[in-house]
Amino acid sequence: MTFLELLHIIVPILTVAASVVAVLLKDLLAAVIAVAAMSLLLSLEFYILQAPDVAIAQAGVGACLTTAIFVIAIRATKRMEGEA
Amino acid sequence: MTEMSKIVRTITSITFPFAMIYGLYVIAHGHLTPGGGFQGGAVVASACAMILVAFGSKWTIDKIKEKKLSAFESLGAIGFIALALLGLVFGVAFFNNFLTGSNFLFGNIPPTGSVFADINTGGVLPLMNFAVGLKVIAGLFVIVLVMAYATTSFKGVKK
Repeated sequence: MTFLELLHIIVPILTVAASVVAVLLKDLLAAVIAVAAMSLLLSLEFYILQAPDVAIAQAGVGACLTTAIFVIAIRATKRMEGEA
Repeated sequence: MTEMSKIVRTITSITFPFAMIYGLYVIAHGHLTPGGGFQGGAVVASACAMILVAFGSKWTIDKIKEKKLSAFESLGAIGFIALALLGLVFGVAFFNNFLTGSNFLFGNIPPTGSVFADINTGGVLPLMNFAVGLKVIAGLFVIVLVMAYATTSFKGVKK
């Protein structure tokens, strides 16, 4: 098994794991960081699937701009989930 | 959003030009390499969001107003449609590539085979990439900017 085939197995597993962590976390700031990590791993998966333009768009919009918007929204509201 | 520490501001000042040049390169080489107006615009908007996070929304909104960014976004859309309509004027159809082969701006015919890419090709496609890039930069940055500026005065009122 080559390194690229191994990467094709590892990166989707890590993507799904980051998504599950983002759902389970009660700290919303940590959940946003988990979503950013998921987005970055998804961008890496797009890159090794020979789609570099989709990878650039995913890294720019998914990993940077949505993270910034989420963090700004959390600053204006509550940090913990379920807090009254 | 208040400004961050001096370390963050210094590192942002160093890394901002690199991110900006990479995004502008992706826009300008949109007809040759992967990427284009949207992808490069997203990269440039990310660099501007980094400036916003490091220096604070009050400092950023003193530098550029959201009305001006809105005007830039409209300018991008108008430029795109105007280039498409110029195809109707100079050529035969909407979106007609009237500049290619004209030896004017971006007017060279690209050579075939395994050669280095010539940036002076593509006709109206690079100009449309510039228009889309302008629209995406302004549109994505104004979302983050207005959201950051609106939540600064809003914080504390709700508690």
